[in-house]
Amino acid sequence: MRFFLQAETRRGELGVSVPGGTAFVPVIAAGGPRFARLLPAKGWLFYVAAALVLFVAFPVLNLAVPPGHVLHLSDYTVTLIGKIMCYAIVALAMDLIWGYTGILSLGHGVFFALGGYAMGMYLMRAIGHDGVYQSDLPDFMVFLDWKAYPWYWSFTDHFWFAALLVVLVPGLLAFVFGYFAFRSRIKGVYFSIITQAMTYAFMLLFFRNDTGFGGNNGFTDFKRIVGFSVTAPQTRMALFVLTGAALLGFLLLGRWIVTSKLGRVLTAIRDAETRVMFSGYNPLYFKLFIWTLSAVICGIAGALYVPQVGIINPSEMSPANSIEIAIWTAVGGRGTLFGPVLGAALVNLGKSWFTQALPEYWLFLLGLLFILVTLFLPRGVAGLLRTARQRTR
Amino acid sequence: MITRCRRLFFHNARRRSLIAIVRCFAAFALSAMAWSACALPPETLHDLALGDNDAKEKAIAVAAASADIAYLPLLQALLDGEVQTVGDAQILLVKGDTAVDLLTGKAITPLPENRDDVVINNRIRKQLRTAIAALKLTAPERAVRLAAAKELQTGADEELLPAIGTALAKETDGEIKGLLLLTQASIQLTSKDKNTRLAAIRALAESNNSATKTLLLGVLEQNGDTFAEPDADVRAEAEKSLHAVQGRLSAGEMVGRVFSGISLGSILLLAALGLAITYGLMGVINMAHGELIMIGAYTTYVVQNLFRSHLPALFDAYLIAAVPAAFVAAGLVGMALERSVIRFLYGRPLETLLATWGISLILMQSVRTIFGAQNVQVENPSWMSGGIEAISGVVLPWSRIAIIGFAALVLAMMWLLLTRTRLGLFVRAVTQNRTMASCTGVPTRRVDTWAFGLGSGIAGLAGCALSQIGNVGPDLGQSYIVDSFMVVVLGGVGQLAGTVYAAMGLGIVNKFLEAWSGAVLAKIAVLVFIIVFIQKRPQGLFALKGRMAET
Repeated sequence: MRFFLQAETRRGELGVSVPGGTAFVPVIAAGGPRFARLLPAKGWLFYVAAALVLFVAFPVLNLAVPPGHVLHLSDYTVTLIGKIMCYAIVALAMDLIWGYTGILSLGHGVFFALGGYAMGMYLMRAIGHDGVYQSDLPDFMVFLDWKAYPWYWSFTDHFWFAALLVVLVPGLLAFVFGYFAFRSRIKGVYFSIITQAMTYAFMLLFFRNDTGFGGNNGFTDFKRIVGFSVTAPQTRMALFVLTGAALLGFLLLGRWIVTSKLGRVLTAIRDAETRVMFSGYNPLYFKLFIWTLSAVICGIAGALYVPQVGIINPSEMSPANSIEIAIWTAVGGRGTLFGPVLGAALVNLGKSWFTQALPEYWLFLLGLLFILVTLFLPRGVAGLLRTARQRTR
Repeated sequence: MITRCRRLFFHNARRRSLIAIVRCFAAFALSAMAWSACALPPETLHDLALGDNDAKEKAIAVAAASADIAYLPLLQALLDGEVQTVGDAQILLVKGDTAVDLLTGKAITPLPENRDDVVINNRIRKQLRTAIAALKLTAPERAVRLAAAKELQTGADEELLPAIGTALAKETDGEIKGLLLLTQASIQLTSKDKNTRLAAIRALAESNNSATKTLLLGVLEQNGDTFAEPDADVRAEAEKSLHAVQGRLSAGEMVGRVFSGISLGSILLLAALGLAITYGLMGVINMAHGELIMIGAYTTYVVQNLFRSHLPALFDAYLIAAVPAAFVAAGLVGMALERSVIRFLYGRPLETLLATWGISLILMQSVRTIFGAQNVQVENPSWMSGGIEAISGVVLPWSRIAIIGFAALVLAMMWLLLTRTRLGLFVRAVTQNRTMASCTGVPTRRVDTWAFGLGSGIAGLAGCALSQIGNVGPDLGQSYIVDSFMVVVLGGVGQLAGTVYAAMGLGIVNKFLEAWSGAVLAKIAVLVFIIVFIQKRPQGLFALKGRMAET
């Protein structure tokens, strides 16, 4: 636990800890195989416990324990937690780019949604003839009186191709966008604003009916995924377990990146980019790598999200949604990987409770959260936990 | 007397209030007598009231072609179902419980028992409407003639040509004349005589009306090997006319587009000016800027309501009070924000961005709680409705012109404030070099608060202006925020000129692209353009020169 919470955000020590390449060596060389050292012993304990809860306890409580039993987990809870895990993956991706590299993206919603749309295209085609109009084409295309799939829908009836798109589309967009943006050294709020404009442009594009992605209704009414009914409890559980595995996997991947030499350079870029350049590094490729990776992770989260929630529409690309991702990360604590996961869970559990109990007050609370966290909790909940533990010691 | 009756009649037809009907009753009785004095031919009257449908149609055509205004009340009464007959002997105009015999002109009291309605079918009704319109072309009031000319555009036929010809000869108003010429030509185009058609097409070449194009295209229509117009000479002439008309029309469209581009640009300018100050000064992206615009719009709404309930006589002047109110309201909110939140986040621009976003959520939800989630109605003062017609077919609305003027005024005030006042000097000093300014004794913190208040106040002014042309709702700010950021990013920081050029450029480019590719694609294209542009000039159009340390 302790290692998880170690916040790498040290605003006060701008660049002091990263003079050059050689300083990293001792960190990496210190004993034991690289993989085992990703987490400390206690960290691994928590990791395995989390895996057991997700992969054993949840399936058993949901599928094996009969409904009505005290211990039974409702499908609603499974979907909710599955959804929140997708958000947690996004927050994790955000942490890599914002928490560790200091680049605040206000456009991560677009990568999430693009991954979702890529998966959605496959799911739409998997409906087959079971749509309202019983046509080869999805209902919205019949509605628009289209006779054939547009070219960019080709091959999407194969799952493997859709899965490829999930990775390629957000990745390619992020790569091209990032290359141009980072090359001309757009940074800080400028970059944030431009990413916001990007997601806004995509939202407008996807709201058009002629774009061929269902206009403002998006994709919905999915029937099956690789042959299994999407509404069946077993399929839901399978998706849940997959999402959990992805979350745990990305957590380790993130850990691996930020403890590597690459991760150190990223942190250095965050704290003093000019000094990194003077030390002989070209920040462009480091930034580009982590930015693209972050986008790809978001896309995968989106692809896992869509079959569980059963709908994807352009409102996922609204600038407001992307900013909310930032607040998950900020609430949890930037630069901790574990923090953003916790933050996404806290904010979204709060949201789903509030929007049912006191819908008028949710936006007040969310707004306050933005203000209070930035003013008083720059290290987020993870930072709070750390100070609390240090006091008790 | 006839003139007087007519005036009352038109008055009545336009305003169907009870009083008007009562007042006009006497006039009707009088005018009924007047008709007999004008000697409407009894046979026409007879045909109209008692003849079969064919006879009625002929009689109406006669009436329409006569261009005699005396027929008008009768035709109108027929259309309104106020003409009744008693056997073959009497034709009555029945108004409430009084009646006038149209043949003798005498009032009949009490009403006979055995009255029959004059039944008319839809075709007759349509013909009546057209005939009435043709007759109204001779009316002295411009508005009535204009309405009649518009009515005639659909459903006129060859029998009306003489009436239209007479009206054209007398007409002096350009707009009505244009409409009539068009109608005349479109009737003549259906003529069997080739020369009439040719003459009509030549006449059309002079027209500035966009409907002309449709008409001429109709002539040129081709279906396989058969043409809508069988004669090749006529087609060639139509081609020529079409060319002439299109040339003039596209010039008009160009003017219209440039105007709407400037109008959009001035809106963007108003929305972005305040943002440019706060961003330029503090490097702070104020995500709540859109909500400050919204506050300005809602202030205008409140002021409008106050005027409506307390000073209805001065309602047209409510903007005079609303403009400063919006400025002050938004400015105060802005200063409060600076003092309570933004002040503590200097040097952390990304955090400021998030915190101000939180503020924007709270402001939005507060407005929703106070005023409801629905859009509220902000009414234009009456002098803002309508517009001027720059060239035929291009109407420039007063509300848009007012906003362009307003934006120019705000810009001028701002320029004066920044270049001619002590506060302006301080603001410029802090923008250029905060530390140095502080060293020379500029109270930077206080300047920050005032400048933030100023930027927010200008956002309020933008809201006041936007309330005059668009919906006022809790989401108002959200729809402008991305655009105004783009203006600031494109224009560069710290210079008014950059903001002005960027706003106007974006406005005009947007409108031209819109006409070419549709609104959404235009917006996307502009966003892509900005992203590409930033590659070349990361600091915007007008970057501050000098050795600015990279932060």
